Amino acid sequence: MTVKELRETVKSLLTEGKVDLVIGWGKGTMPGTSTPVFIDTAEKADSLIFDSTCRNNLSVYFTKDRRALAKDDKKIGVLVKGCDSRSLVLNITEKQIDREKVTIIGVPCNGVVDMKKVVGKVDGKEILEFTDDSKKVTVKGREFELTFPLDEVISDSCLTCVRRDAVEYDLFIGEAREPGSDENAYAEVEEFEKLDSEERWERMKQEYSACIRCYACRNVCPSCYCNVCFVDQNDPQWIGKSPEITDTMIFHIIRNLHVAGRCVECGACERACPMDIKLLLLNRKVAKEVRDRFGSITGTGLENKPAMADFKEDENQDFIMG
Amino acid sequence: MSEWQPKILAVLCNWCSYAGADLAGVSRMQYPPNIRVVRVPCSGRVDPLFILKGLQSGYDGVLVSGCHPGDCHYISGNYVARRRFAVLKPLLEFVGIEPDRVQFSWISAGEGERFAEVVSKVTEDIKKIGPAKRLVKGA
Repeated sequence: MTVKELRETVKSLLTEGKVDLVIGWGKGTMPGTSTPVFIDTAEKADSLIFDSTCRNNLSVYFTKDRRALAKDDKKIGVLVKGCDSRSLVLNITEKQIDREKVTIIGVPCNGVVDMKKVVGKVDGKEILEFTDDSKKVTVKGREFELTFPLDEVISDSCLTCVRRDAVEYDLFIGEAREPGSDENAYAEVEEFEKLDSEERWERMKQEYSACIRCYACRNVCPSCYCNVCFVDQNDPQWIGKSPEITDTMIFHIIRNLHVAGRCVECGACERACPMDIKLLLLNRKVAKEVRDRFGSITGTGLENKPAMADFKEDENQDFIMG
Repeated sequence: MSEWQPKILAVLCNWCSYAGADLAGVSRMQYPPNIRVVRVPCSGRVDPLFILKGLQSGYDGVLVSGCHPGDCHYISGNYVARRRFAVLKPLLEFVGIEPDRVQFSWISAGEGERFAEVVSKVTEDIKKIGPAKRLVKGA
């Protein structure tokens, strides 16, 4: 895929009237960043880019307060990586988006860059220029230039990803690859499971005591779209507002249960976290349970019901007292 | 000093487990007085928040009980609840809550004896792990 192909495709979609608006990524103001762009005329399509800086999960624009976007009569096109497409599929199965009104345009993803890792590579020096292709990243600053493999600096969520290309799309720019095997996808979860209970609690406490309860993880999540979130309710007030560890833990446990069978592990929460908390560990534990117990992988099929809204009569109930 | 007594929150569904508790009572069966019962219309009504809120506000353990699979008054409430608990329980264990702290069971309206057994077992289990410390507010 080249950026030219991408722009031409979007242009022709707009001029042929197949879509009224395309949501994509444009160049950000800082090196190594991108920003969501809304393309409604063919001329604007030249601002589109796609590379490893395109972190945002754009399906978030179909839920939350922007739900109106999906309910308008407008036909909307959206650029998706593998994880983004799973978010869209989930939202379609949950009847938040009308499949007919959305044109899904897949782009081949090789993982998105975690800028914290890049900054680590250059010992915290200021980066003035960032370029990448599908395999390498090159950064330039004052008196230095460094090239390294893309795989060394992609987000943790991308390292474990086996569905890099869209699972559902109307058109794909380039060639969509088949999903890999997710047999060993949850290695770090299994590692944590091996620790004893006391140790796990201590580690959790340490990790989550950094939480300032800004709720950025919730706000950025394409699966979190309740009109009133339980943390914002004050009658009854379910959890305290202070960053006390018990309230913080309960917030995170419940957040994970609310997205159980709905989380696509895109890592948006972790990237949004200002305190660098490893949020995905809990999400991925839940995803693993959902996969192993119910055989369900979120957002991989339009006809699949979300796992927690479904059941089978003869399910494993080993956790229930005999 | 007498032995430490745990406080246990028992969330029981109206149609089976609550009636089971009632039967245990009218049949004068003996079981530990450690549970505080909350009656809910169905085990499907049990939000994991209820359980966590219980642990946070000073209960040493939580028992949730509903109708046996297939017997739900609302046809499928307990099936949905079962999926929810199937994820909740491993997740709680994962963050370091003791496995026996939160327990689930199916008790029908005719199983007064079983109700007494379950309450005895849960009380014993929680006595073994001691007072709740993790997730407790102000601890």
